[in-house]
Amino acid sequence: MSALLPLLVGLPLAGAIACAALHARVLSRRRTDPEARPGEILVGAIATGAASAAFVLALALFVRLLGLPAADRRIGASLGTWIDAGTLRVPASLLLDPLSSILALVVTGVGALIHLYSIGYMRGDPGFARYFACLNLFLASMLLLVLGANLPLTFVGWEGVGLCSYLLIGFWYGKGWPADAGLKAFVVNRVGDAGFLLGIFLLQKELGALDYASIGAAASTGKIPSATWAAALLFCGAVGKSAQIPLQVWLPDAMAGPTPVSALIHAATMVTAGVYLLARLSALFLAAPGVLLVVGIVGGATAVLAGLGALASRDLKRALACSTVSQLGLMFLGEGAGAFDAGIAHLTTHAFFKALLFLAAGSVIHALGGEQDLAKMGGLRARIPATFLCFCAGAWALSGLPPLAGFFSKDEILGGALHGGHAAILASLGFAASFLTALYSFRLVYLVFSGRENFAGSPHESPGVMLAPMRVLAALSLLGGALAWIPIADARPIAAFLAPVLGGEAAPGGGAEHVLVAALSFAVASVGFLLARRLWRDRGLAGDEGLARTALWRLAAAGGVLDAFYRGAVARGARLLAIACGVFDLFVIDGAVNGVGRAASAAGASLRALQNGKIQSYGIGIAAAAGALLLAGLLLGRG
Amino acid sequence: MTVPTAHVYALGAALFALGVAGFLVRRNLLVVFLSLELMFNGAIVTLLGAARARATAEPSTFALFVIFLAAVEVSVGLALVIALFRLRRSVDSDAAASLRG
Repeated sequence: MSALLPLLVGLPLAGAIACAALHARVLSRRRTDPEARPGEILVGAIATGAASAAFVLALALFVRLLGLPAADRRIGASLGTWIDAGTLRVPASLLLDPLSSILALVVTGVGALIHLYSIGYMRGDPGFARYFACLNLFLASMLLLVLGANLPLTFVGWEGVGLCSYLLIGFWYGKGWPADAGLKAFVVNRVGDAGFLLGIFLLQKELGALDYASIGAAASTGKIPSATWAAALLFCGAVGKSAQIPLQVWLPDAMAGPTPVSALIHAATMVTAGVYLLARLSALFLAAPGVLLVVGIVGGATAVLAGLGALASRDLKRALACSTVSQLGLMFLGEGAGAFDAGIAHLTTHAFFKALLFLAAGSVIHALGGEQDLAKMGGLRARIPATFLCFCAGAWALSGLPPLAGFFSKDEILGGALHGGHAAILASLGFAASFLTALYSFRLVYLVFSGRENFAGSPHESPGVMLAPMRVLAALSLLGGALAWIPIADARPIAAFLAPVLGGEAAPGGGAEHVLVAALSFAVASVGFLLARRLWRDRGLAGDEGLARTALWRLAAAGGVLDAFYRGAVARGARLLAIACGVFDLFVIDGAVNGVGRAASAAGASLRALQNGKIQSYGIGIAAAAGALLLAGLLLGRG
Repeated sequence: MTVPTAHVYALGAALFALGVAGFLVRRNLLVVFLSLELMFNGAIVTLLGAARARATAEPSTFALFVIFLAAVEVSVGLALVIALFRLRRSVDSDAAASLRG
């Protein structure tokens, strides 16, 4: 039990409410003064303060967790019963164990840094307070998602982050297309969420309990008869949230939001919720090996295809978004091979270096006054040196070259893929994805920072409030892997830390196999780096020419195939259905309703003739009726 | 010589039928009233026929009530006719066919 745990969710929530109240005050002031602006220092201090306090709290709880013996590292907090209806009993309880603790640290840590960065990035925006309210609400929802001790609570957080994602993608809704992108993200997520909900229903029906402890215990003893279905349905939710094929279409469009939002929500935290869910339910997924294989293949295919998409992109943020999809695919690939700890490890390092890359990209875009086209960059190295160094650190870590964070975590995934079943297909997809990762990472570096200067105006370095978080994240990218995942003999700290939570056996660290994987992944990444250097260092976008003729490139450039399919088949189908429903409503439903009315008034019109006000015609009626009654009495009375 | 009960009933029925016919075919409200009274009288004759045939007093009591009620009804009905005449300058029943006030 700990009273601090609810506070961890409550702090950002309080921050969100405070920022929303400030925004409401600005809105009411704007009625008289259209130029009214929120007090940026106050709003920024509240929001960043809430996020930082949450981080400190998460750190304190993490330390307390470390103090417990490895087998019972669990801190729970119960806030009573949330739902009590028939056989459905859902307690409102939170749970901090090694898995949720790592996630909470990442969410609050990266979140606090990005809050800080946003103060600089969003300066002067009229929706400053609205932005921070959404960002704080996002943190609260994400923490609820991670800390919830049962599926329904996680689902609340799951939908909460979806809502915040929608609000923040469409933050500049006045421009039109960001609002559409937000809607797209929301609707596509909805498809996955339907699966998630059905999975919850199925587990409730089969098991009668939805808390993770019961699910884990029942799954590992084989007491869930339809574990395969449940796992498959829950994986649908993960596919939607984590933008895997075939629901990956929303994430590249999600870049319509402010860049720090892309960094926090659409790279570091929210999109990893699917990875978290799978790790949280690892026992269930291990009980469904078929689904696990699908997870691995979907992840691998997504990793490779999205990697190609990143390579073919001409937009800086879009390339990073595709890269995020690709890295999420790698995490799923690792989990599909049974290496859940590797997935979480890569989630953590990816949060550092992808947030860094997005923040650095935001700094580049900021410097160029909103320009995102790679063709209009180049040669920025000397103009914005601090951003250049940070971006390099991020790209280096992403590409998986030692000794940065990405190398170690990607190694774990590749090792896990080789170690688990179906090694051939999963490992080859994994290595292909890592090659692509190195290639596109350095393509971005060269296109943005070296070669000819194609930009207009005079770029300026970002303010310190933006550079500081980037520097912290760069340090984490540089050291994160080495500190936490460097294999010391057989003891890999993160795997050992996570082992009590995650089912399955962790891939053994160290040894000849590990060295082989490390050497292979290093070789693959180096080839990618060298190729990128040759193609793009001096020639800029012209370096694409050689690749652009290959079939793979065309496949990548046609990454919109799924988009076109959804637009053509699904969206148009839905619209046709809507039109059909409209016609049905207009003619059948309305027809029935109007018909009843018309029949009543027609009956009235024909009966009106009877009531003509002439006594004699009434008298005829009375006499006729009396005569008829008399006749009837005579005839029947006799009989 | 005693009149057979059937004849008394036939007289009552004839008076009533005459009243009904008058009520239905005439438009002059005073004549309509007259027909109404004829129907009352047909009923009274029938009641008295029954009283005589059964040698009981109840039908006669009933007949007295009808006479009394008819007197009351006439006073109200004639008042209505006069009111209508003031309004429409006519005692034709069709003059009162309007269902609006």
